[in-house]
Amino acid sequence: MSGETIETADHAMPGPVAEFWRAYRRNVGAIIGLVVFSLITVVAVFAPWLAPYDPAAQFSDAFLVPPLWSDAGSSRFLLGTDDLGRDLLSRLIHGARLSMSIAAVVVCLALTTGMLFGALAGMARGFVETAIMRFMDILLALPSLLLAIVIVAVLGASLTNAVIAVAIVLLPHFTRLTRASIVSELSRDYVTAARLDGAGQLRLLFKTVLPNAAAPLIVQATLAFSSAILDIAALGFLGLGAQPPTPEWGTILSASREFIQRASWTVTLPGLAILVVVLATNLMGDGLRDALDPRLKRG
Amino acid sequence: MFRYLLSKLGILVPTFLGVTFLTFALIRLAPGDPVLIMAGERGVSPERYAELRAQFGFDQPMLVQYFNYLGDVLRGDLGISVVTHTPVLTEFLGLFPATLELAIIAIMLAICLGLPAGVIAAVKRNSPFDYSLMGTSLIGYSMPIFWWGLLLILFFSINLGWTPVAGRLGFEYDVEPVTGFMLIDTLLSGEPGAFKDAVHHLILPAIVLGTIPLAVIARMTRSSMLEVLGEDYIRTARAKGLHPFLVVFQHALRNALIPVVTVIGLQVSVLMTGAILTETIFSWPGIGKWLLESIYRRDYPAVQGGVLLVATVVILVNTVVDLLYSVINPKIRKQ
Repeated sequence: MSGETIETADHAMPGPVAEFWRAYRRNVGAIIGLVVFSLITVVAVFAPWLAPYDPAAQFSDAFLVPPLWSDAGSSRFLLGTDDLGRDLLSRLIHGARLSMSIAAVVVCLALTTGMLFGALAGMARGFVETAIMRFMDILLALPSLLLAIVIVAVLGASLTNAVIAVAIVLLPHFTRLTRASIVSELSRDYVTAARLDGAGQLRLLFKTVLPNAAAPLIVQATLAFSSAILDIAALGFLGLGAQPPTPEWGTILSASREFIQRASWTVTLPGLAILVVVLATNLMGDGLRDALDPRLKRG
Repeated sequence: MFRYLLSKLGILVPTFLGVTFLTFALIRLAPGDPVLIMAGERGVSPERYAELRAQFGFDQPMLVQYFNYLGDVLRGDLGISVVTHTPVLTEFLGLFPATLELAIIAIMLAICLGLPAGVIAAVKRNSPFDYSLMGTSLIGYSMPIFWWGLLLILFFSINLGWTPVAGRLGFEYDVEPVTGFMLIDTLLSGEPGAFKDAVHHLILPAIVLGTIPLAVIARMTRSSMLEVLGEDYIRTARAKGLHPFLVVFQHALRNALIPVVTVIGLQVSVLMTGAILTETIFSWPGIGKWLLESIYRRDYPAVQGGVLLVATVVILVNTVVDLLYSVINPKIRKQ
C-alpha cells in the first residue's frame, strides 16, 4: 500500500488519504502503535480460533501453574493458569476481544450522542445551546471515574451499565468539540456560499460543516478509546463492571489480587495487556493528531 | 479584574446548582424504592414504610423535595449515613485530610520531577534524554494505576520488604490526631520513628497517585518550553550574550509556565479519580475508599453527600486556578 502511495505522490497532487498517510508514517511511535493495535485487533477478532482453550474451562490438575519461562512452567499453559486452573493465555485473548469491542461500543455511543448534542447546540444556539453546554460542564466538573462509579452504583453493577457509564463520562468532550467546530465553521465563507446556494440546515450540517470538523473528532475518538479501555478495566477491578467469570482484563486482575504473592503472573500479565493496548492507542492518537490537525503539525 | 471575577462566579453558581441537582436525581434514578433499599433485606412494615417515606420527604412532589434538599445542603446538612448513623459531613471532614495529604504529596512529587524533566527535555531536544523522557511519560500516561500500585507493592513491599502494604501508620505508634495530616501529627507527637514510618506508608501511594500528573506535567512543560524557546525574545536574550541558564530559567520558563499551571490545576480531577483506586489498593483511609465502600454498602446518603462534596472541591479549585491563571497572564482578563 505504501509503495503505491509514494508513486502517486511523486506524479500528482496527493489525495487527502495519501497526504494523511505521508504525514502519519513520519511518526515512528504512531507506526508502532498502529502495528500493535492492528495485531491486537486481529487477536480480538479471531479469539475463539487463536485461544488454546475455552476461557472458562477449568483444569483441576493445574491450579496456579506458572508461565512457561519460569522453572515450574509447562508448555501446556504458555502463560500459566489461575487459581481455578483456567488457562491465562486463553482468558487474556478472549479479554482482548471483550475489551476492544466494549471500548468500540463505548466510543461509538459517546461519539454519536456527543455529535448530536454538539450539532444541536451549535446550530440552534440560544437557550438550547446554553442548556446543553451547562449540562456538559456539570458532567465535566465531576472526576471521570467517580461519575462512572456513581452511575454504575445507581444502575447496578454489570458490563452493560459500565458501558453506559463510561460513554456518559466521555460524552462532554465530543459535544464540546462538535459544537466548537460547528460554530467556527458556520462563520466561514464557504458555508455562507453554500447557504446562498440554497442549502438547508441539515444539508449544511452533514455535507458542508461536519466533514470539515471530522479531524478533531477522529483524534478525540482515538483518545477516548484508550480512556474507555482504562475506565472499563478500572470498573471491573473495583467489582463494578464485568462480573466474574467474564474474562475482562480488569476483572481478571481483581480476582487474582489475593494471589499476588504466590502467583504474581496472574496479576502482572492482565495489567500488561491493558497497558499495551492503551499505550498503542495513545501512540496512534498522537500520530493522528499530528497528521490530521494542520495547526498542530507545525509545532 | 472584578468583572472577570464576577463572570467566573457566574459560571460557578449554576455549575454548583447543577451538581446538586445531579446528586439529588441520582438516588431517585436508582431502580427500586429508596426506602426499601435503605431498609435492606429484612424489609419493613407498611406503617414503618410510610413513616420512613415521610421522614425522608419522599411523599412530597419532586420539586419540593429538591428545594428541601438544596436548603439542607446550603445549611451544611448533607444527611446521615444509614450505616454509621453519623452526619455525612462529619465523616467526610474526618477522612478528607488523609486524601488531601496524599494528593498534596503526589502533586508535589509530580511538579518537582515533571517540571525540571520537561525543561531539560526541551533544552536538549531530540537527545536520548528527550526521547526516553517522552517514552516514559507516555507509558506513565497510559498506565492503569490500579495495576501500577499492585506492581509497586509486589516489588517494594513483598519482594524487598522496604515499605508497608497498607494504611497510614504502623499499629505500634499511637499518634494523637491534631491536624489530620499524618506527617505533621507524627512530628508533633515526638514519638521516635513515627514520622519515618508515616513517610514509609505514604511513599508508594503518592508515587502511584502522582504518576499520571507527572507524565502530563512533563509533557506539557516540554511542549510549552519548545514553543517559547523558538520566540524572538529568546533569540535576542541569547544574542546579547546572556548566560544560557538565565535564558532558560529567567526568560523562557516564566512564560512557558502559564499553560503548565492550567494543566496542574486540571489534575485535581485526576487526583480525585486516582484517589479512589489508590486508596482502595493501599487501604488508605480517605475519601476515595470511603465513597467506594459507601457504594458497596448502598449507603446512599453518604454517596450523595460525598459526591457533592468532592465535586464542590473540584469546582472550587478549578475556579481558583482560573483566577490564578488570569493573574499570571493578563491577556486572559481582557478577552
